Amino acid sequence: MSSSSVVSLIKVKQNPKRKKNTKNALPSPIQNFPRKFHLFYQSPTLKNLPNAKFHQITLNNQTPKSLSLHKSQMSGPSLMDSLFQRTLEDLIKGLRQQLIGEQAFISKALEEIRKEIKSTDLSTKSTALLKLCYLSNLHFHDMSFAAFHALEVLSSPRFSHKKIAYHAISLSFHDSTPVLLLITNHLRKDLTSTNEFEVSLSLQCLSRIANVDLARDLTPEVFTLLSSNKLYVRKRAVAVVLRVFEKYPDSVRVCFKRLVENLENYDPQILSAVVGVFSELACKDPRSYLPLAPEFYKILVDSKSNWISIKVLKIFAKLAPLEPRLANRVVEPICDLMRKTGAKSLLFECVRTVVTSFSEYESAVRLAVEKIREFLVDEDPNLKYLGLHALSIVASKHLWVVSENKEVLIKSLSDPDPNIKIESLRLVMAMVSEHNVAEISKVLVNYALKSDPLFCNEILGSILSTCSRNVYEIIVDFDWYVSLLGEMSRIPHCQMGEEIENQFIDIGLRVKDVRPELVRVARDLLIDPALLGNSFLHRVLSAAAWVSGEYVEFSRNPLEFMEALLQPRTSLLPPSIMAIYIQSAFKVLVFCLHTCFVRGGSTAGVSASASYESFDDLSVENGADSTVAHGQTCTSAPITNESIVNLLKLVELALSPLLGSHDVEVQERARNLLGFVDLIKLEALNSSGQEENDSERKGVEATKIIRLVHDAFSKELGPVSLTAQGKVPVPDGLTLNENLGDLETICGDIELPSSNTFSFGYPSEEKDVSSFSNLQIKEDSGQLNESTSLLAEHRKRHGLYYLPSGKSEVISNDYPPANDPALQGDNNDNASDLVKLTAESLVPKRKPNHSKPRPVVVKLDEVDEKPVAVKQLESRDDSLSGAVRDILFGSEDILPTSSRSNLPNSNRKGKKKQHMITQVESKENVVDDGNSSSRRRKDHSHGKERRHRKKNAEERNETDRKEKESSSNHPRRHKSRQRAEEPLKVPPQTSVIPDFLL
Amino acid sequence: MIHFVLLISRQGKVRLTKWYSPYSQKERTKVIRELSGLILTRGPKLCNFVEWRGLRVVYKRYASLYFCMCIDEDDNELEILEIIHHYVEVLDRYFGSVCELDLIYNFHKAYFILDELLIAGELQEPSKRTVTRLVAAQDSLVETAKEQTSSITNIIAQAAK
Repeated sequence: MSSSSVVSLIKVKQNPKRKKNTKNALPSPIQNFPRKFHLFYQSPTLKNLPNAKFHQITLNNQTPKSLSLHKSQMSGPSLMDSLFQRTLEDLIKGLRQQLIGEQAFISKALEEIRKEIKSTDLSTKSTALLKLCYLSNLHFHDMSFAAFHALEVLSSPRFSHKKIAYHAISLSFHDSTPVLLLITNHLRKDLTSTNEFEVSLSLQCLSRIANVDLARDLTPEVFTLLSSNKLYVRKRAVAVVLRVFEKYPDSVRVCFKRLVENLENYDPQILSAVVGVFSELACKDPRSYLPLAPEFYKILVDSKSNWISIKVLKIFAKLAPLEPRLANRVVEPICDLMRKTGAKSLLFECVRTVVTSFSEYESAVRLAVEKIREFLVDEDPNLKYLGLHALSIVASKHLWVVSENKEVLIKSLSDPDPNIKIESLRLVMAMVSEHNVAEISKVLVNYALKSDPLFCNEILGSILSTCSRNVYEIIVDFDWYVSLLGEMSRIPHCQMGEEIENQFIDIGLRVKDVRPELVRVARDLLIDPALLGNSFLHRVLSAAAWVSGEYVEFSRNPLEFMEALLQPRTSLLPPSIMAIYIQSAFKVLVFCLHTCFVRGGSTAGVSASASYESFDDLSVENGADSTVAHGQTCTSAPITNESIVNLLKLVELALSPLLGSHDVEVQERARNLLGFVDLIKLEALNSSGQEENDSERKGVEATKIIRLVHDAFSKELGPVSLTAQGKVPVPDGLTLNENLGDLETICGDIELPSSNTFSFGYPSEEKDVSSFSNLQIKEDSGQLNESTSLLAEHRKRHGLYYLPSGKSEVISNDYPPANDPALQGDNNDNASDLVKLTAESLVPKRKPNHSKPRPVVVKLDEVDEKPVAVKQLESRDDSLSGAVRDILFGSEDILPTSSRSNLPNSNRKGKKKQHMITQVESKENVVDDGNSSSRRRKDHSHGKERRHRKKNAEERNETDRKEKESSSNHPRRHKSRQRAEEPLKVPPQTSVIPDFLL
Repeated sequence: MIHFVLLISRQGKVRLTKWYSPYSQKERTKVIRELSGLILTRGPKLCNFVEWRGLRVVYKRYASLYFCMCIDEDDNELEILEIIHHYVEVLDRYFGSVCELDLIYNFHKAYFILDELLIAGELQEPSKRTVTRLVAAQDSLVETAKEQTSSITNIIAQAAK
């Protein structure tokens, strides 16, 4: 058998005339079958490797005739090509057994295909095309070069060729394929074919490749198919119409009515297709489809098929929020469905519909929640996941549901499935409020300790983002939160260093009361040498170092800090963080010296510091709290001269190697610090060992320097509003370069600051400025005083760009910023602002069980306000929904006359609209123009007419009825609706939603 | 709607791809790479849904093959699972206890069956029997045509010309 088929194959290839004959003999294109295909399917015995085939052919050619034929054809390359063409199966087999490597094999195969596809023989061509499809589909090789060849194959009368061609086209064509224009006529021909399979193929293809032109040109054909009496074709046409609408919205005017008519079809397949189309359409613009609600309602109540019910539920999920009366009607059937159905997919759809769109119907939600709980405790991970998913939808409106299921949620945090874990984590975070944040965070951190790195960071990330939401809205006890941050950064897998760093600094800047605890946490982090080895923690450590330097006055033992900051393992840090460490060490050192000499000295009665003391007292009055705390901390850590000497030695020891650092930043800071140490050592240390008188003189020098530097450091940094710079008025006479193009070349490689709500002005940088000025202090100490007072002046004048918090209190603990009498009043203003702020933030939130009040969190009003999502859900008023609306809202009048004319004419429609209601009766008598309407459709339109008339009559009572409706209780209405379930009795529905049928 | 259908073997070989939304060839490769990384690594007894680029991928493993369908966020996942199962059952009927090799060698057949089942990303035919019948009908069209052309008399007639 195989040999005979091969013989026939040879002949087919050789004799084009004969092929023509075949064509004549078999007029039906489907019956013409490619031999190639036949060979492929039918001859598994035939070895498809080229060698084997060749062997068999030579055997066959023993008959002289075929031999001669063979010889005569040897000259034509196309024959050889087609004879020895690999079939798809050869290709696949070859690909699986190849020894030369897949890529090499494929490129060889592609080469062959390129040759074969140019053949004039359609069988060869189509086989080549099929092979190309295979390679394109599964090995992702470009097949755009074959676009025209695919079209050629498409023109074949044979069904199998067409099938391959359509397959190739829908696989490879896209909007910019140049030959797309040429396909229109092929499609049109096949759409009107008598063979339903051909129609189906072309519909399928159209759904995939349709562009505006194709959709426009083929709309009439699709329209005809919409009422085809072959169900198989019709349902496909219905499905494809969606794509046509999308591409060419004007087609809505033509096809929409027929689509709607199909809604009333009783065939479940058609119905399923139509409902599918409407559920897609309704997703995009639900409002346009409200008038069809009665039809959908009927389907919902009548439907026996779960597929259809799911789709209808989707439609109602979109429609119900738009029309409360509709929701009233629909909610009960949905609940019924939820109770009765055994199919989980339908059940889930009911649940989802209820929780998304019927969340104000208490009983329905309760039922849904019951079902959700069943899902949650189910063994099947799918149901569990979906249950959690549904719960997260409910969570936005009914938080109680989530807390009711807390145990399940917490349990599923340790589920083996990462998706379930993440989903339940989201839910747990949704539960968080200021009352339970501590408890939940504790549980979560425990989970984070146990879980894998990925999920651990997921947990930490969500804790961090939840807690910092809206400027730490839910945090009351910041001491707790700061220690939580410290705890979190110690979790082995923690990779959230950057976020924790930001929050440490942010909280330090914003919340004054938490600073002592912050310093304590920072100390714990800094002191632990093990942490330095973890590169993920470096960012946290840099924040801790910054905190230790900035708020060192709250520290119990500053010397400890110095040791921690200068410990040998800091060499493991990257240079940028190393620089922060050194800078912080500088600050701590200055503080220590200041405490030792200036404060200690002042009690010894150093006259020079007496004047400052008075300012100290002044500041004590302003910021009693912090000063008291400050005083305590200072006394608890006695700093003696001896310890200072050790300290200076330590600094020298630790930093001298860094003088040769390759990093400029590190090197410079180290040099600064060492220079300062040298200076102090010269001045102070000598004095400490000498006689009292001697020391008094020299000590004055030293304390002066120390005081100045300390003064520079004690300027507190505050958060700066991102928009602050914009508020600065442009001075007169300032001409700015219009074109900043040259700036770009300069700053090209500088990274833009990340879009934080704050620009912290990188702590180290600001310090850099001040430390730079330190060098100058030696020469001109008066300059600093001047600059501080200038700063204060500026602050007074442009107070609005500064933070309203009373940060000057802290500053003035040691040294007042300037001799500015107005400062006092300024402070009072600030204080009153603070009071107001406190009142605002505390009154609504404060709970009686809070042992201590929530500390003030400094906010910059204009920046911290959460940017309101400007995105509004605008109803897409595009042409598609516009067209649909035209049809549905404007044309219910036309519906009765739908049998008259199918071709759209918006002008005519507009005219019709006005007279329609009065003309309804007369129009009914208008004879069909027989355009394409069937008997059935006519009947149908009459049905519509009847309903329409009935409704007109009812319209008079409408208002009364509506009032009755609103007062009547639900059960009774449902009963009446149940009775109305027979498809013909539409009036009850129309009466409830009267305007939908208008 | 369904955006695409993928069949991926456990080794990450692609066995079938069908795209209902426009994706360029480059994107297709990327999508498959991403998804096979996402799906093949998931252990057994986990849920069958994966969130991916704001869409959801429903997958199910049958023997060594993963059937994946990508859907919109608000589509019904369980329904898609049923569609997948439906497709597998139809394949099973058609090939008679289908295996991966059937799909490898008859990859276009698998496409044609899928085309009967889904159109434009929507389920088209919920009845297994109908799908099998339709596919068989198309095949038999092919068969009769072939028989006519390959019958011996026909061949002789052709040869005589």
